[in-house]
Amino acid sequence: MYRESQIIRNNTPDNYMVINVGPQHPSTHGVLHFVITLNGETVVKLEPHLGYIHRSIEKMCESLNYRQFVYVTSRMDYLSSHINNHACALCVEQGLQVEIPERAQVIRVLMDELTRLASHLLWWGSMAMDIGALTPFFHAFREREMITEIFEETCGARLTMNYICPGGVMADLHPDFQAKVKAFLKQLKEKLPEYHELVTGNIIFQNRTKGIGILSKKDAISFGVSGPTARASGVSCDVRKRYPYELYDKLEFKEVLEDGGDCWARYLVRMEEINQSVAIVEQLIDHIPEGDIQAKTKAVLKLPKGEFYSRVETARGDLGVYIVSEGGTTPYRIKFRSPGFSNLSAMETMCKGGKIGDFVAVMGSVDLVIPDIDR
Amino acid sequence: MSKEEFKEKLAVTFTSAAFDESGQWLNMTVPAAEWLNVASDLRVLEGAPFDYMFCLTCVDWKTKLTMVYHLECMQTKDIVVVKADLDRNNPEIESVSYIWRTAEFHEREVYELFGVKFLNHPDLRLLILPEGWEGRNPMRKDFEDPVNMIKL
Repeated sequence: MYRESQIIRNNTPDNYMVINVGPQHPSTHGVLHFVITLNGETVVKLEPHLGYIHRSIEKMCESLNYRQFVYVTSRMDYLSSHINNHACALCVEQGLQVEIPERAQVIRVLMDELTRLASHLLWWGSMAMDIGALTPFFHAFREREMITEIFEETCGARLTMNYICPGGVMADLHPDFQAKVKAFLKQLKEKLPEYHELVTGNIIFQNRTKGIGILSKKDAISFGVSGPTARASGVSCDVRKRYPYELYDKLEFKEVLEDGGDCWARYLVRMEEINQSVAIVEQLIDHIPEGDIQAKTKAVLKLPKGEFYSRVETARGDLGVYIVSEGGTTPYRIKFRSPGFSNLSAMETMCKGGKIGDFVAVMGSVDLVIPDIDR
Repeated sequence: MSKEEFKEKLAVTFTSAAFDESGQWLNMTVPAAEWLNVASDLRVLEGAPFDYMFCLTCVDWKTKLTMVYHLECMQTKDIVVVKADLDRNNPEIESVSYIWRTAEFHEREVYELFGVKFLNHPDLRLLILPEGWEGRNPMRKDFEDPVNMIKL
């Protein structure tokens, strides 16, 4: 019988200390609760307790039709809401067999990459803040604010956009969109060297992250880890490259891989992904074709009987939407395979044997969004 | 590898499985009692070891429960979907958390939401639901919650 590894759960001796991190703790970025068992300062056991913001989105979606359920999914991974909507739209379109107009495809990819940039910028600020540097947070928010403004103009919302829908996108781009995106790219490229000067080259930051929270390639695959966290362990898992959707097979960008597997490698992967996303936006921003923004679909969507699964790459990893349809207007069963849930399960392996102080650095580098885990 | 070639390859090893290639990926339905053997064979399958489990879930069909496992091979990018039907009144299946570590959390989620009992699971407890919830399974089709009404 094949065995990946022996899972050992022992009762710990009485002199070990148990501390609670969360549910309200700045380093957990939301309401996540860890029960950590310590031997002195060394982490022996780390146990996540979930469900503080569990809304049972999957159950809710069973009573919503295929146009409505997309709105709920913006509330899962609120930092990648465009990409969540995109995953749902792709899944429904797969069932309907509709072709999306080219203009809508380009807009979708542009929005996805801007979302990824916004998410990575926020991560950069908050990871530095976790480790004790407060200034980067304000720098990151300055640039992120420009993206949220762009979203606000086109989509009407800053965080839960609900812009990408089955068949295309909800509304046409704002007339200022191209100019604003170009201004943002110009500023980001000017400021990125400053970011590296502030944090990447900082010796304190390097000492806090190098060799900390190591996740081996074998463990990363076994735990189903995806996204930048897995790519930092050398696992090639970028859905945009492996199973290209929308326009990604026609675009030029690199899949960023590191093989350190520590917090530092995860940091480097995300910083390089910012450059790759900038490259994608630059390739498309001057070539938005004219045309429709929505394919012609019926007012009430009905999916044929069967099963549909779509995978997209969010800022945190591989998001899967699994719809089981009985031929009606609502999904019979819907499952969201959220990247955060699997990434969280590898936390114990990353933290075990390390110091309690490093837990915060690991937490920052894995970049968990709690509503995405709880759903 | 195309779905047909892949099916022929797997059909040699797994004689008790029923195949269905009409969907997006190759589907394979196995008896629940044989799932553990099938899983460990798939994990070390020659040429395409399925080392990445990217989704584990359950579907309530009102007459039965169906476990759905999505497996991927990191090298060859092949994907196979394995299904196993369970008795709705007494759902039991072997845990695969020793083969794919990610299954540990996913199985705990299915345990509390659908009430499936995973045999030999290292730590089968509630994960998302509050303590003392045992007995009611929210994702089952006949679940009714008078406080937060979701009508199906």
